[in-house]
Amino acid sequence: MIDPSLDGEVLARWGFAHVDATILSTWVVMALLTGLSALVTRGLSVDHPTRAQAALEAIVGTLRQQVREVLEVDPAPYLPFLGTLFLFISTSSFLGLVPGFHPPTASLSTTAALAGCVLVAVPIFGLARQGLVGYLRGYFQPNLLMFPFHVLGELTRTLSLAVRLFGNMAGGTMIGALLLALAPLLFPVVMQLFELLLGQIQAYIFAVLAAVYVAAAIRAHEGRPK
Amino acid sequence: MNPDNATLLAIASVLGASLAMAVGSIGPALAEGRAVAEALKAIAQQPDEAGPLTRTLFVGLAMIESIAIYCLVVAMILVFANPFWSFLTKAAGE
Repeated sequence: MIDPSLDGEVLARWGFAHVDATILSTWVVMALLTGLSALVTRGLSVDHPTRAQAALEAIVGTLRQQVREVLEVDPAPYLPFLGTLFLFISTSSFLGLVPGFHPPTASLSTTAALAGCVLVAVPIFGLARQGLVGYLRGYFQPNLLMFPFHVLGELTRTLSLAVRLFGNMAGGTMIGALLLALAPLLFPVVMQLFELLLGQIQAYIFAVLAAVYVAAAIRAHEGRPK
Repeated sequence: MNPDNATLLAIASVLGASLAMAVGSIGPALAEGRAVAEALKAIAQQPDEAGPLTRTLFVGLAMIESIAIYCLVVAMILVFANPFWSFLTKAAGE
């Protein structure tokens, strides 16, 4: 059975906790992102930015612009969460090019965890901005009967976030492996290029959908968006 | 010829997986085509709004694509992680 995420490949075990290949690849992506950022931001300068600093500023600036366009409010409190979502998924798909590396997002555990983060973060942002009464009022917004549909909607959109990302990542990995067995030399290369593009698109979609959910939560009090 | 349970299960799984993918791609493909066509029409009418239109288009396409992804996940489960397979091999081994 081809398991694209190597969830079963256990590397170490302490009692009931174990480290498998998915957790290891997550740590690799985390170490890469944090280490690179720490290195580049060591000597921040306004007048003489290094090239790496300018590149990082371009990335953060673009993320900030996108978040502002979706949220229509000051993106500062929401940028760390949404930006990190995008950067994590984008980096892990990008690193899938490295031979021997399986992207951690090819495992349903990782994508479920990311979707769970969104599920928890959206009410937190909504409560922080609207207060308890204002946020809860959003659940009964058009009609009192809409409450179960709103709750069900939140659960299903979390599920769909997780399955969409997992399906794209795992499917791409599996198709790549199959093509390598069936028609090597040219097809797998084309498939890997396509997979690269898909990975970035999926990262963008995940982050934009999370931003849309946050926008719905923080606008819950203001009624219908214009 | 009397196919035993394992063969029947294999036939059913493969047929189910292929049907899931084949039929499950029709709807999303048609819907995505329409979505892109309408988005292009809207951008042609208001080129200044191309940014938000494109962003909304991508979000909508992601929603539509999810349906096809669900079918893909079902097909993958049937072929690669069939829950009945281990049950059968365990029963056959006894």
